[in-house]
Amino acid sequence: MDVVPKWAEVTLIPIISLLLAAIFSAIVIIAIGEDPLNALKIMVQGAFGSTYGWGYTLYYATNFMFTGLAFAVAFHASLFNIGGEGQALLGGLGVALVCLLVPWPHWTIALLFAMIGGAAFGALWAAIPAWLQAKRGSHIVITTIMFNFIGAAVLNYMLVNVLKPKGSQDPATARFAEAVHLPTLHDILAPFGIAFSKSTPANVSLFIALAACVLVWLLIWRTRLGFEIRAFGKSQSAARYAGISGVRITMIAMLISGGLAGLMAINNVMGEAERLVLNPTEGAGFLGIAVALMGRSHPFGVFLAAILFGFLYQGGAELAFFTSIPREMIIVIQALVIMFTGALDNMVRMPLERIFLALRGKEVR
Amino acid sequence: MTLMKTFLGAAAAMAVTAGAALADPAIIFDLGGKFDKSFNEAAFNGAKRWADETGGSFREIELQSEAQREQALRRFAEAGSNPVITMGFAMADPLSAVAADYPDTKFVAVDVTWLDAPNVRQIGFAEHEGSYLVGMLAAMASKSGTVGFIGGMDIPLIRHFGCGYAQGAKAVNPDVKIVANMTGTTPAAWNDPVKGSELTKAQMSQGADVVYAAAGGTGVGVLQTAADEGILSIGVDSNQNHLHPGKVLTSMLKRVDVAVYDAMKAGENVETGVFTLGLAEEGVGYALDENNAELITDEMKAAVDAAREKIIGGEIEVEAYYTNDSCSALDF
Repeated sequence: MDVVPKWAEVTLIPIISLLLAAIFSAIVIIAIGEDPLNALKIMVQGAFGSTYGWGYTLYYATNFMFTGLAFAVAFHASLFNIGGEGQALLGGLGVALVCLLVPWPHWTIALLFAMIGGAAFGALWAAIPAWLQAKRGSHIVITTIMFNFIGAAVLNYMLVNVLKPKGSQDPATARFAEAVHLPTLHDILAPFGIAFSKSTPANVSLFIALAACVLVWLLIWRTRLGFEIRAFGKSQSAARYAGISGVRITMIAMLISGGLAGLMAINNVMGEAERLVLNPTEGAGFLGIAVALMGRSHPFGVFLAAILFGFLYQGGAELAFFTSIPREMIIVIQALVIMFTGALDNMVRMPLERIFLALRGKEVR
Repeated sequence: MTLMKTFLGAAAAMAVTAGAALADPAIIFDLGGKFDKSFNEAAFNGAKRWADETGGSFREIELQSEAQREQALRRFAEAGSNPVITMGFAMADPLSAVAADYPDTKFVAVDVTWLDAPNVRQIGFAEHEGSYLVGMLAAMASKSGTVGFIGGMDIPLIRHFGCGYAQGAKAVNPDVKIVANMTGTTPAAWNDPVKGSELTKAQMSQGADVVYAAAGGTGVGVLQTAADEGILSIGVDSNQNHLHPGKVLTSMLKRVDVAVYDAMKAGENVETGVFTLGLAEEGVGYALDENNAELITDEMKAAVDAAREKIIGGEIEVEAYYTNDSCSALDF
């Protein structure tokens, strides 16, 4: 039995870690001569204080939900998929091709096929490292990381030489047609009488990300396949003894993972930019790793962690607008959060375990 | 699609919370950041010069994500900043969506020339003309008959630099061999001096003895290695001759700083429209100062200045990469 009770595992440890990160961030902010309380106020107000702030926070969070789920699924099979970035890039290519090549009559149909296109391209990009891991034992960490660079090169080539409108100086595709523009939260909430800021990028993809959270939960904890993935992740030899094919699980877990990463493109490419630009993912694929680790690879945890990082991104932007805190400082704050919640997990966990052991000791006596 | 109502509401809310000084200019740096030793830094220097000279202040932001492009434009326009200066071609698309919503705000877009917006001052640079001149200098200074070009990321803008350079080199020596490399495929390519250094060595082993770097911060590594290994290099955007006196042949100047300074000086009355700054307007050129005086002989200077006059006069037409998305002088 675990020493730390379940409720403490999911609430106390992340909250204490976050507090530690906040304290260290405050020290750094004081050191550069700014007021940490004022900074916190700007961040919270900027991210949650208006529908404008929410619109950006949720937009970023949608990206991180997809990539966080992508990492989490593979992680349940003990596969460290660092390639979310490349898979999301290729997903963007898939979405862009779907949106550009077919004159869609309505965004709903376009979205459906864009999801298929994005997920298929993302899954394809994960399939090669997965196959190399399953059949040849090439380590997935190395191959997926390499595939990020190859993915960036593919995208670069496609944009500069194939998809760029002739004579344009901007290495990006043309704008997608009006018909495939996804409704933003403003458009969705207006019929219900809720006035949501019109200039924000959060869009209908948010609901698809939420649905993906639920589906991943069902998959991992309520299906036979999910059980096999988890069994394989806990012990490969035991799973093999139980008749679970390692090749099959590696391939399936990675295909789902890559597909989820590729799905991110409906948010940033189809929903926000409405065209494919160079570097559309901006590290969301990598941040998904932190999101999944912080969320303990549980879809609900991923959801919360994605909101947190959405807050850090949008709050950080507001900080840059209204203070002289440089943008590097914002990266430092994000890094501190990742460090305390991810890497230094045991630093909080072990004292907590000791406290709970001491408490339990008294009960027994 | 009129959004005015929402914006007015948002603007009112913003004005209360922001409380910014009215009519200060604002500048939006591209993802490279304002200390990129190149394009953005030149803009920052121009803005700083304006602030030092006038005692004025300006607002600024270094973008961190694509989604912030539109956000930053709206934020500054709503806070009353005027003019709002943007850096880089990637701001064109967001500007086309935003500019019409703020008809009273003047926007200044550096490296953008193709928008149809009445309140945007669009400034382009004829980088191919400046690169043509330094290409001539490179071919004249080269003893091996091989010159190098190191770009940052493989985007049309950098091909545009490389294409002008190759034409200039071939104008001097039709048999010149041009070795061209791009640094990488991710934005990290703009700030990778180590890779720049390796590429310089690789080009040297192919015989290059003059290397032109159009690669942002990566160029620092190119110039350093060229100086260490005893070959010549050519800087870009700012005058980089002083980095290694006597070892940097020249620098291709792109006067982003002047463009930003002028825009800030004109303030909210800045003239809008499309402006292309070439050799004639001294928007581009090659750097000649005490650091490279010994490297540029009178003969070289005479040849380049003659070509400059001819380009301005229209006798020499430098092919722009954008015209056909291809370059006859160099394959990419």
